[in-house]
Amino acid sequence: MEQLLELFDFGPFFDNIGAILDGFWATIRLSAAAAVLSLLIGTILVSFRVSPVPVLQKVGAVYVNVLRNTPLTLVLLMCSLGLSDTLRLVFSQDSGVNYYWWAVLGLSGYTAAFVCEALRSGINTVPLGQAEAARSIGLTFTQSLRMIILPQAFRAVVAPLGSILIAMIKNTTVAAAASYAETAVVMKQFMDDPTFQSGALPLFIGIAVGFMILTLPTGFFFGWLAKRTAVAR
Amino acid sequence: MSKEATVLFDAPGPRARRRNALLTALSALLLIALIALAAKRFNDQGQFAGNLWTPFLKADVWVNLILPGLWNTLKAAAVASVLAILFGVVFGLARLSDHSWIRVPAGAVVEFFRAIPLLILIFLAYFVPNKVSPVIAESPFGTFQRVMVDSVGWIFGVEINAGVVTVPAFAAVVFGLVLYNGSVLAEVVRAGVNSIPKGQAEAAYSVGLRKNGVMRLVLLPQAITVMMPAIVSQLVVLLKDTALGFIIAYGELLQAGFKQVPPNFGNNLIQAGIVVAIIYIAINMVLSSVANRLERRSRGSRKTAAKTMGTGTGAPPAAGMSVAGQSGSV
Repeated sequence: MEQLLELFDFGPFFDNIGAILDGFWATIRLSAAAAVLSLLIGTILVSFRVSPVPVLQKVGAVYVNVLRNTPLTLVLLMCSLGLSDTLRLVFSQDSGVNYYWWAVLGLSGYTAAFVCEALRSGINTVPLGQAEAARSIGLTFTQSLRMIILPQAFRAVVAPLGSILIAMIKNTTVAAAASYAETAVVMKQFMDDPTFQSGALPLFIGIAVGFMILTLPTGFFFGWLAKRTAVAR
Repeated sequence: MSKEATVLFDAPGPRARRRNALLTALSALLLIALIALAAKRFNDQGQFAGNLWTPFLKADVWVNLILPGLWNTLKAAAVASVLAILFGVVFGLARLSDHSWIRVPAGAVVEFFRAIPLLILIFLAYFVPNKVSPVIAESPFGTFQRVMVDSVGWIFGVEINAGVVTVPAFAAVVFGLVLYNGSVLAEVVRAGVNSIPKGQAEAAYSVGLRKNGVMRLVLLPQAITVMMPAIVSQLVVLLKDTALGFIIAYGELLQAGFKQVPPNFGNNLIQAGIVVAIIYIAINMVLSSVANRLERRSRGSRKTAAKTMGTGTGAPPAAGMSVAGQSGSV
C-alpha cells in the first residue's frame, strides 16, 4: 500500500509551482482580454443582426453561423498558422506578443458568436411595448437600441453570459494548439518529460483545482449578479 | 424583415427608407473594401496560386487523407455520444435521487468534470496512466489493473505491457468527451425531469405507482421530448470538440486535413483550413437543423405542459449555448 502513496507525492508539483503558476497567469491574461473583446464584438454583432440594414444582418448571420460551427481548435490554428504565419499579418515582431494577441483575437472572435446569440435571445425578452414607447418619444433605431433595448437585454442574459465566460476560461486551454504557452502547454511539457514520473497525478489534481478556483467563483458571482440584476416583470 | 414592424423599428417611412438605403450602400461598400483588402493580402502572399488549391480536387487526397480523418472524427463522436448520453442519464437521475448518499457524490462528480477544461481531461487519460501504472503494477492493485485493462480497456485499444498502461489517442479523446459532455448532459437530464409540472408526479403517485414507475412511465417519457433539442445541440458541441484530438495527434479530420495535407502540397495551410472548416460547418449545420426540427415538433405537440428546453425565447438555437437554460457550454 505504501507504493500507492507515492502516487500522491506532491513534492514534484510544489518544486515546479513557479512554472505552473506562470501557466495560470498566462491563462488569466488571455481570459481577461478575450472576455472584454468578445463582449464588445458580440454586442456589435447583435446590433448588426437586429439592424434595419439587410447587408449588416447577413454579415452578422454568416459570421455567427461560421464561427459557431467551426471547432475552436481550427479557429485558433487558422489565426496563428494561417493569418499570422502564412499571410504575415502580425501584431508585433516579438513572437510571444504576436501569438498572444492572435490567441486573444481567435478566442474572442469565436466566443463573440455565442455572446451575440445570447444577447439576441435577451432582446427577444424585452417586451414590444418598450420599443414602441421608445419610438413614440422619437428615439431613432440606434438610440432605442442603446438606451432602451440593450440595457434590458443585458440584464436578462447575465446568467447565460456567465456560462459563456466560464466556457471561455476553459477554452483558453485550446490556445495550446496555437503556440500560446498557457496552463495546458505547461501540463503537456511536464507530461512529456520522462523524468517527471511520480508527480503526474498531483499535477493533474493541482491544475484541476486551479481551474476550479477560476471557474467556480465566476459561476457563483454570475449567479448572484443574475439574481440582482433580473428585470422584474 | 425591413418591411414590417419588429421590436426595434417600425415599417419605415420615406425618410427612414432613404436612410436605410444609404446605410445599406455604405455597409456594402465597406464589406467589398474589406474583401478586396483580404484578396490583395492573399495575392501578395501568393495564396491564390493554383497548385495550393488543386489538391482538393484530386480524388486521392480525399480518399487517402481527408475521408479517413472524417471517419475517425465521426467514429470518436459516435462512440463518445452514446457513452456520454449513458453517463448523463445515470448521473442525472442519480442527482435526482431521494438518498443523499447517491445524490451528493453524483453531484460532486458532475460539478467536478464540468469545472475543468476538456483538454485537461484528455491529457489526464492520455499521459497519466502511462506514468502511474508502473507504480500500481507493483502494489496490491497490480492484478486488478491488469484485469481491468484486459476486460474493459482493450475495447478502446488500451494496452498493458509489463505493467505499463498505454492509452491510444482515440481512447483518450473518447474518455475526455464522455466525462465532460456526459456531465453537461446529466444537468440536461436533471433540468428536463425537473421541468415537468409537479402535478404529473403527484398524479402518478396517487394512482399507486412507485418511485421507479413514476420516473420510468410518467416523468422520463415527457422529459425526453423536452430535452431532445438540448441533447442534440450538446452533440454538436461534442462533434466539434473531437478536433481537440489534434493536440494529442489523434488522426481526426483536423489532423488529416490541416496537418497532413499542407506539407505535401506546398504548405497550403489556409486552403486546407478553409476546406476542413466547410466540412465541419456542413456537418454541424445538418445536426443543428435536426435540433431545430425536433424543437419545433415538440413545441407543437401538446403532450406535455413543460416548455422545451434549450433555446430560450424564440431565438434560433445556438448550438451548444443552450443547455438547461442557464448552464451552456461552448
